[in-house]
Amino acid sequence: MIKNSDTDKSQKGGMGKMSEQKPVKAKYLLRDIIGKHYKDAWDAKERGEKVGWCASNFPQEICETLGVPVVYPENQAAAIAAKGAGQTMCEHSEQNGYSNDICAYARISLAYADIKECKEMDMPQPDFILCCNNICNQMIKWYENIAKELNVPMILIDIPYNTEFEASDDRAKYIRAQFDHAIEQLEEITGKTFSQERFEEVMEISQKAARAWLKATEYTKYEPSPLNGFDLFNHMAVIVCARGKQEAVDAFELLAKEYEEAVKKGTSTYRGEQKHRVLFEGIACWPYLRHKLTTLMNHNINMVGTVYGDTFGIVYNNVDEMMKAYSYVANCISFERALKMRVDVVNRTNCDGAIIHTNRSCKQWSGFMYELERRLREETGIPTVTFDGDQADPRNFSEAQYDTRVQGLLEVMEANKKGGNQ
Amino acid sequence: MSKIVELLAKFDEIVSNPKKRLDDYTAQGKKTIGCLPVYCPEEIVYAADMVPFGIWGAEMEVSQSKKYFPAFICSILQTSLEMGLKGDLDKLSGVMIPILCDSLKCMGQNWKLGVPNVEFIPVIHPQNRKLEAGVEFLTSQYNKIKNKLEEISGNKITDEKLQNAIDVYNEHRAVMREFVVTAAEYPHLITPAQRSAVIKSGYFIEKPEHTKLVKELIEECKAQPQKEWDGLKVVTTGIIADSPSILKIFEDHKIAIVADDIAHESRQFRTDIPACGNPMEALARQLSVMEGCSVLYDPDKKRGEMIVDQAKKYDADGVVVLMTKFCDPEEYDYPIMKKQFDQNNIPSIMIEIDQQMQNYEQARTMVQTFADMLGN
Repeated sequence: MIKNSDTDKSQKGGMGKMSEQKPVKAKYLLRDIIGKHYKDAWDAKERGEKVGWCASNFPQEICETLGVPVVYPENQAAAIAAKGAGQTMCEHSEQNGYSNDICAYARISLAYADIKECKEMDMPQPDFILCCNNICNQMIKWYENIAKELNVPMILIDIPYNTEFEASDDRAKYIRAQFDHAIEQLEEITGKTFSQERFEEVMEISQKAARAWLKATEYTKYEPSPLNGFDLFNHMAVIVCARGKQEAVDAFELLAKEYEEAVKKGTSTYRGEQKHRVLFEGIACWPYLRHKLTTLMNHNINMVGTVYGDTFGIVYNNVDEMMKAYSYVANCISFERALKMRVDVVNRTNCDGAIIHTNRSCKQWSGFMYELERRLREETGIPTVTFDGDQADPRNFSEAQYDTRVQGLLEVMEANKKGGNQ
Repeated sequence: MSKIVELLAKFDEIVSNPKKRLDDYTAQGKKTIGCLPVYCPEEIVYAADMVPFGIWGAEMEVSQSKKYFPAFICSILQTSLEMGLKGDLDKLSGVMIPILCDSLKCMGQNWKLGVPNVEFIPVIHPQNRKLEAGVEFLTSQYNKIKNKLEEISGNKITDEKLQNAIDVYNEHRAVMREFVVTAAEYPHLITPAQRSAVIKSGYFIEKPEHTKLVKELIEECKAQPQKEWDGLKVVTTGIIADSPSILKIFEDHKIAIVADDIAHESRQFRTDIPACGNPMEALARQLSVMEGCSVLYDPDKKRGEMIVDQAKKYDADGVVVLMTKFCDPEEYDYPIMKKQFDQNNIPSIMIEIDQQMQNYEQARTMVQTFADMLGN
């Protein structure tokens, strides 16, 4: 859970206080990674180095290898929304002519590019921007506008939506060519040089981080889960911004160890009895995280299933596989692959039900969700509910509707338990 | 003059009942392939001796598509899916659906699941269309489409046939460009609705036939004297501008469309397939030279300037932005374009368009106000 005190420290990069006496907890390491991430960017900016804005699922291996500091507008928008400034920022963009139909992250980010400050989460303005549309095509339009308004170069790695189950070779070839071209462009912009040796090192670290992330997130399969699933929404920021860093490897490996311990002791970061286990489908509603979690906890429901584990578990054995791996993120895949992902998560984590977020900001994620919901029910037998929400615009979420829908799901899950239906 | 009236009536007849064309072609034993927005390689369909059939939604209410799409997906796709789900498009032998926007990506999947009897043929365009790797990728994708269309048609698509298709389509593009200029020169002979029908009918009949008819119309118009237009001239921009209600509102206020940047209209024919040794590569290269479209990556955002140039060239009084509701690519372009219109002292308005909309009073008021302002 993002608390004000934590974020005040991480805003302009204060390192968290680490106790010398007690063993370090993973959550503090993770918080410190975020703090350092922003601090490094500010420091670089002050030194006169070029800093970029980067898409969450852009091949970070490039930036990490070149040693180019980047910050993530999606992380920033989520934090701004979580701290209650989502609506103000969205309204600013709307006053500038942007429709409230477009993604709220984009509206917040475009407002930030205009106003250039936001006390909820500041970050340096970009000297260049790195875009990747494997999560959606609104990324391209959002970043186009940033490039135009701020007059900065834009680098795009286009990862076309994959209508087939596997990524074909011609796709991998196209992605690879763009990957190489992006490196050239970034070398020219920043004056830094790409080192093959460093690249190998970064790939290795990234693999360790991805696997550590997958390992940690997998612990939700235990009954009871040693973690409150909502913790993952916070930890996610690290896998976005630091998956090429050794610190992330260390933090996630420690997290996995902590979960291992908790499983042995039967403890959990989830307070209360975990009576029901759910798949939570979709992006978090950042302005309402606390409310959503409270409702679940009031009903002894824990989120144990999410696609965020797999989607950031970008694993590969070589560069060619890396190209394909970046095209297997949750929003880039065919219906069949998307369905399989959810069915696997439900089965792996033994979910009793699913709560599906119809995200007003995300057409890509919501566009075939209705059919996916039906097929998920068919293939797993679990009950499902949807609710209308938004990742960052608080006006698109109704607490009452969410509560009612969760209540409805609860009743079915309870009846299933009583009736022995599964 | 009567020949003009006759020709315009023919175009109107075609757009009034596109389904009849589909039925006729099917009855003749011809196979048809549906083509969804924004860009489909119709030339490959034509080279397979099949008929490309445009599907850009319809003015209708939806019910079945709500089982697949949430409310915030554009009506072009909602109504197209609706037609598919209801069986209206069952005679098609396949449907090409691009991935040019997030909603289109989902459209393909929903169609595949909801209308399995009409084969889904994905059209995968590269956004890095100017890189050689992008052209190579698109060539590879177009070859996959070619294989699929050969399978469906039972016909071999040779390079000769493809080159011929390119020639036929480039001729059509040239004629359509000429028509748009002619319509601008003869607004007293061709109303906005008639202009729309001439362009739109091209989606429902084979290109050679359409080219012939449009050529005739152009000749007949040119034989007539030009008249000073005492109304207003506008450039339209947006995804689609075929709403009869909007077109009637333009007519009622003596507004002539002298140029357009409409995806359904000029964006289809303002860029020829470039000359290139290999016809499939030529087809793929076209994307690399297209500019000014909301669904084609452009960090320079040239679209606004292109519209400004059109407005100046055709002496337009203003720009009308026809905003398809829920079209996010267009919504992102709008504030940038608006600034460019303002900087160049070109008055503009934005009207929301929705194929599920029934009440156009707000649009009428806006156009009225705009016309009054421009008239002064």
